Amino acid sequence: MKVVVDEDKCVAAGQCVAAAMDVFDQRDEDGIVVVLDENPPAELADDVRNAAAVCPALAIRIEE
Amino acid sequence: MTEADTRHAPDEATYYYQDDRDAKCPFAPPPGLRALNENGPISRGRIWDGSTPWLVTGHAAQRAILSDPRVSSDDKQAGFPFPNRVMAESAHLHPLTIFNADGADHTRIRRMMTRPFTRPRMEALRPDIQRFTDELIDRMLAGPKPADLVTALSLPLPSLMICALLGVPYEDHEFFQEHASFATRSDKTTEEQTAANQALGGYLAGLLQKKMEEPAEDVLSDFAARIKDGDLTLPEATLLSMILLIAGHETSANMITLGTALLLENPEQIARLREVEDTRDAANAVEEILRYVTVATFGQRRIAAEDFEFEGAQIKAGDGIVVPLPAGNWDPEAFPEPEKLDLTRKANHHHAFGWGIHQCLGQQLARIELQVVYGTLYRRVPTLRLAVDRDDLSFRPADALAFGIGELPVTW
Repeated sequence: MKVVVDEDKCVAAGQCVAAAMDVFDQRDEDGIVVVLDENPPAELADDVRNAAAVCPALAIRIEE
Repeated sequence: MTEADTRHAPDEATYYYQDDRDAKCPFAPPPGLRALNENGPISRGRIWDGSTPWLVTGHAAQRAILSDPRVSSDDKQAGFPFPNRVMAESAHLHPLTIFNADGADHTRIRRMMTRPFTRPRMEALRPDIQRFTDELIDRMLAGPKPADLVTALSLPLPSLMICALLGVPYEDHEFFQEHASFATRSDKTTEEQTAANQALGGYLAGLLQKKMEEPAEDVLSDFAARIKDGDLTLPEATLLSMILLIAGHETSANMITLGTALLLENPEQIARLREVEDTRDAANAVEEILRYVTVATFGQRRIAAEDFEFEGAQIKAGDGIVVPLPAGNWDPEAFPEPEKLDLTRKANHHHAFGWGIHQCLGQQLARIELQVVYGTLYRRVPTLRLAVDRDDLSFRPADALAFGIGELPVTW
């Protein structure tokens, strides 16, 4: 699994961090998404898919 | 005409949006709205001014329309479906804000406001939220019975938090709570709302000027620094501050009150909530309560920027579009048996905070406030119960901008 984010689309809602805090963080100055782990382990796969599904700006793409 | 043609014809629209909830099921969305969605995810509906915008009621359709770049939030466009007369009459005065900006303008303004509300920052506030919650409950328990939960806990907690974040002295809370509440009430005239806005604006502009001289660690000081740097004017910073102060008040407060009233009717669910140890399960319970009693009842307002086909409907440029969030949150396609409150349901795809680029800025603050309050109140006061009949509760009328209950008399 590979996680790809689009910073330009991100609206800093924080949904991805709430869903998968080991994989996503928010930039301190404006809350824009930061990927902590681009290739998350299998046990986090469901959380990461959920994070992508609840991103209101559709800024997270997952390559399985 | 086919059945869908009838539903999509402006002249045939009979459903009045903002109809009343069923008094027997006051937590459920209006029955007419649910019935509308059973016939399809998009229909015409009639609003207060007699116009017939599109109503997008299905969950998947709400997602699609709220993230569609052909749909605009620009309230200066003719045909924009305002929630009420006051907002329609004052629209020409509205400067560009996160609410009515699209695209690059929206991104620029929103990114000036996002920093203080990130999930990690809100997590860091959890101990403060817990302390305030415990203190407010202590005070309620030490006072007379019955108590009004709204004044004892629902309103002061979010108010204390937003004041601390913004750097607004809580001592002034009576002044700004009263003025802030005008913005979401349907019983105020344009003149009364304008006067309240001016009073609140004057107060916040004064604070911003003070923070330019003596900055502290708070949002108003951030805005003050941006004024000094030339990124914002004083009137712009005042407006941003006002939006945050108003939005931070009634929304979380209403969720605390409504959630408590709802849970007291569902003793098996409240029992489950008392036993929850896992923070994930506690967080999940909050998502289900948000889904069930969505406070933003008035529906997101949009206008079509071009002609396009959507779910079989021919949308024309200039058509108004209303997205009633509670309808999506009770769509059985997304939430089977939506009338069943189930705190173990995976519900975080709800639309209580909206969807798309305008999704609520303060949602992570609201979530953690609710996690702490729901996780603390019923544990600390296990005998908590309504002190009046459920039927005597003062639910907000259907045309109020936020769903809520005016007072919640409780005893224990």
